[in-house]
Amino acid sequence: MTPFTTTPEESQTVEPAGTTRRDFLKNSGRLVVGFSAISAVPGVPFAEAVLNAAQGAGPYPDLDFRQLDSWIVIRQDNTATFYVGKTDLGQGTGTAFRQIMADELDMPYDRTSCVMGSTDVTVDQGGSGGSDALQTDGWPMRRVAAEARRVLLDMASQRFAVPAGDLVVSDAVISVRSDPSKRITYGDLIGGRKFNVTLTGNNPDATTGIAKLKDVQQFKIVGQSPQRYDIPAKVDGSLKWAVDVKLPGMVHARNVKPPFAGATLISIDESSVRGIPGIVKVVSKGNYVAVVCEREEHAIQAARQLKVNWQKPATAPFPSSENLHSFMRRATPTLSLPPTVVGDTAAALAGAARVVQADYDVPFQGHTSFGPAHATADPSNDQLTIYSNDMKSYGMRNGVAEFLKIPRDRVRVIWMEGPQGYGRTAADDAGFEAAFLAKEIGRPVRVQWMRNEETAWDTKGPAYTFTMRGGLDAQGNLTAFEYDARAADHHHLGYNEHDTVLISQLMGTRREPNRGGASMPNEMYAIPNRRMSAHVVSLPLVWETPLRTGNLRDPNGPQTTFASESFIDELAAAAKADPVEFRMKLLTGSTVEDSGFKRARSIAVVKAAAEKFGWDPRPSPRPRATGDIMTGRGIAYAWRSQTVVAQIAEVEVNRRTGKVWVKRFVCAHDCGLVVNPEGLRRAVEGGMLHALSRALYEEVQFDTEKVTSVDWITSPSLRHTDTPATIDVVIVNGDPNPNRPDLPHYGAGETVCKTTLAAVGNAIYDATGVRLRRVPFREARVLAALKSAGVPSGG
Amino acid sequence: MSNITLKVNGKAHAVDVDLSTPLLYVLRNDVGVQGPRFGCGLGQCGACTVIIKGEAVRSCTRPVSSVQGAEITTLEGLSQNGVLHPLQQAWIDEQVPQCGFCQNGQILTAKVLLDKNPNPTDAQIRQGMANTLCRCMTYYRIQAAIKRAAKVTA
Repeated sequence: MTPFTTTPEESQTVEPAGTTRRDFLKNSGRLVVGFSAISAVPGVPFAEAVLNAAQGAGPYPDLDFRQLDSWIVIRQDNTATFYVGKTDLGQGTGTAFRQIMADELDMPYDRTSCVMGSTDVTVDQGGSGGSDALQTDGWPMRRVAAEARRVLLDMASQRFAVPAGDLVVSDAVISVRSDPSKRITYGDLIGGRKFNVTLTGNNPDATTGIAKLKDVQQFKIVGQSPQRYDIPAKVDGSLKWAVDVKLPGMVHARNVKPPFAGATLISIDESSVRGIPGIVKVVSKGNYVAVVCEREEHAIQAARQLKVNWQKPATAPFPSSENLHSFMRRATPTLSLPPTVVGDTAAALAGAARVVQADYDVPFQGHTSFGPAHATADPSNDQLTIYSNDMKSYGMRNGVAEFLKIPRDRVRVIWMEGPQGYGRTAADDAGFEAAFLAKEIGRPVRVQWMRNEETAWDTKGPAYTFTMRGGLDAQGNLTAFEYDARAADHHHLGYNEHDTVLISQLMGTRREPNRGGASMPNEMYAIPNRRMSAHVVSLPLVWETPLRTGNLRDPNGPQTTFASESFIDELAAAAKADPVEFRMKLLTGSTVEDSGFKRARSIAVVKAAAEKFGWDPRPSPRPRATGDIMTGRGIAYAWRSQTVVAQIAEVEVNRRTGKVWVKRFVCAHDCGLVVNPEGLRRAVEGGMLHALSRALYEEVQFDTEKVTSVDWITSPSLRHTDTPATIDVVIVNGDPNPNRPDLPHYGAGETVCKTTLAAVGNAIYDATGVRLRRVPFREARVLAALKSAGVPSGG
Repeated sequence: MSNITLKVNGKAHAVDVDLSTPLLYVLRNDVGVQGPRFGCGLGQCGACTVIIKGEAVRSCTRPVSSVQGAEITTLEGLSQNGVLHPLQQAWIDEQVPQCGFCQNGQILTAKVLLDKNPNPTDAQIRQGMANTLCRCMTYYRIQAAIKRAAKVTA
């Protein structure tokens, strides 16, 4: 089978049949030549890796994670390919895996390559999520690379008849210490053959050999910033993305979504699309409707033209977006989490010199991925191959097998790059749709959503509403802190479970909701009396709803931290204290430390951010400026898992227009051992600006029957013109424990999304004296808030 | 369906399509270039950008009938004799992309910007790029890369 059709001018190097990754794993002792082109050519690794992976007719059994060969292949030309069960969503984790593994293996970075995410050639490490690539999966990857090095040293020891301790390794060449003329490359030792080394561990993340890992001090490649290997092909147009897959006989599908949430399909008038060329089939099952055509533009036309009768639900599926938060406040929670209680807040508030109370609201915010959902499925050979950008490709494989009731080993997902996957593809509807349609039609099917479909029907970051209370004593010390959150997150989607994706719901699957979740803020403040509670509420429509919730780049952190860190700022202002000093007092008010030294590291990032910014201590707000532009600064701090950040925003607020411009961001970021500093800086910059878009613009709008924000006009996004003039990322890499032998590598990419909303809101308060307790800070909302606070709009 | 000829990156391609078909689908599915991508189909985001007659054109809303005979340049056609365009090199030097899906539109829009104004101010860059969206929000690095390329090309 030819996995791709290609035009002559972009022909691909397809390796000879019989040399695939899976053949290698199946057939002991087989020479491996199929990957030699991958490593040495910067910029074109993925296309070829994918092509290699795409060969083979199945079945596709799970890889054995207890075999070293499942993780690493070393070829005769002394290059290595690492097989990683994660997906790189554009933050450069593939490059980072190559760095840490090359370092443990003692092989030059340039001689390595990395294959990620395809379910038939990589171990199931869960795909991506939770910024855990390096934090969790960095460890097994280091251990298998170290084990490969150990095994190679053993082999050289036998060959040269000297103890392994008398050998030295440099750049994938082993030599005898006392006689450097005796030397051999890794490639000559094992190239093209299997290690046949069994590993141990109860699960892929626990996989280990017996080799000892290197100490941080021994690393040569970790801590450097090699350029990302995927970028050249992304800027010269040569990368084959998941949207680019073309298969022989492939047809194009488009969905026809219900015009109202909760609508029931009554009938389809197929005569309405008669005359459109190349119609293959109008497919419907339950409330799922799609059209399949030979050509893409005709599928789009047919989907628009198809007349479908829908019946509206008897009752409104949800309140309008204007009434969402009042609905959430009135609703009976479907779940209340056990509260976190320290001391007695009721008594402390009763005895406080000053009590501050405030409500905060965060609307639903969509992923609104730059590229709508898409996938191509191939039913050839009685197998199912799905070409997809799914961040959790392994979950999709399992989900599709269950959804279509076909054996798991007949399904594989070939992971390819795609647009902006900050959680959206954890509920990867298009892959399931393509799989279903391919089985229905018996031909390869490419599905792509349209813009209005994606923006209306993608998974949403849950809306929140918060009630906060705090008490200050006469000296301005914080004596009580109450946090009560409600999340509209009744049925949160997360790992491509077959009975949660939209097509499954539309076909009538009614899984018991998974209870959703609601979150508490993450900080290390020492507050003598604290009560934090959180509840889940449900909207009336649970199924087939465009307001279904899923993971959106730290699923709850931006919301919870907006409320908690804005309110801490309110308390600082009430105490007439400088916002940095107020936080430092709370952080230093205890000496209790956790195993990750988060308290000490929190203090370090707050200090580092303030120092880099040139923070001048004074209470907020500043005396209000008299011109059109009012400027201010605000800080917020949070941790996520083991990563801690402090972020400062400097804003300009235009009193005439309500326009907010963040002129400068400073972020002090501590994620432990930094594998690639330049890559980290860019991931942090992107995270801040993504969250800035959520702070300034993003809000799902809906009436009582449908989402009405459906494109880039009605669902605005941050633009070039909003970019800060200066962004400073301070990498704080200080493990305060001198006795710890290793500095762990923690996650990045999401933590800074937590702090941005509050940092910007606090800066607006500093500039204007007006507290905005609801995002986004769109111009009209800011202007209305300034007006109602009596801030003159200028003369 | 009609037979027409499109000139893409210096080569002529005969295609048989409805004349009202947006150029994007013909480029991707008939001509076989993949630099321009579907983002919105509404001309709002820039993912589908190509260059025609010195202008950055949103191919998702441009009927193919309107571009017959015109020279169409896509991202694949930007390098010359295997040498990357200075903007592409600047994109690598600045390590601009996160996911990279929008960068076709960013690079081609920047190309037209610099062709018209070789030494743009920061404000002109921001304004000139304002309607080309990036949802990984790599704007800060894009703007740095444009400035870097301007130093080479100006």
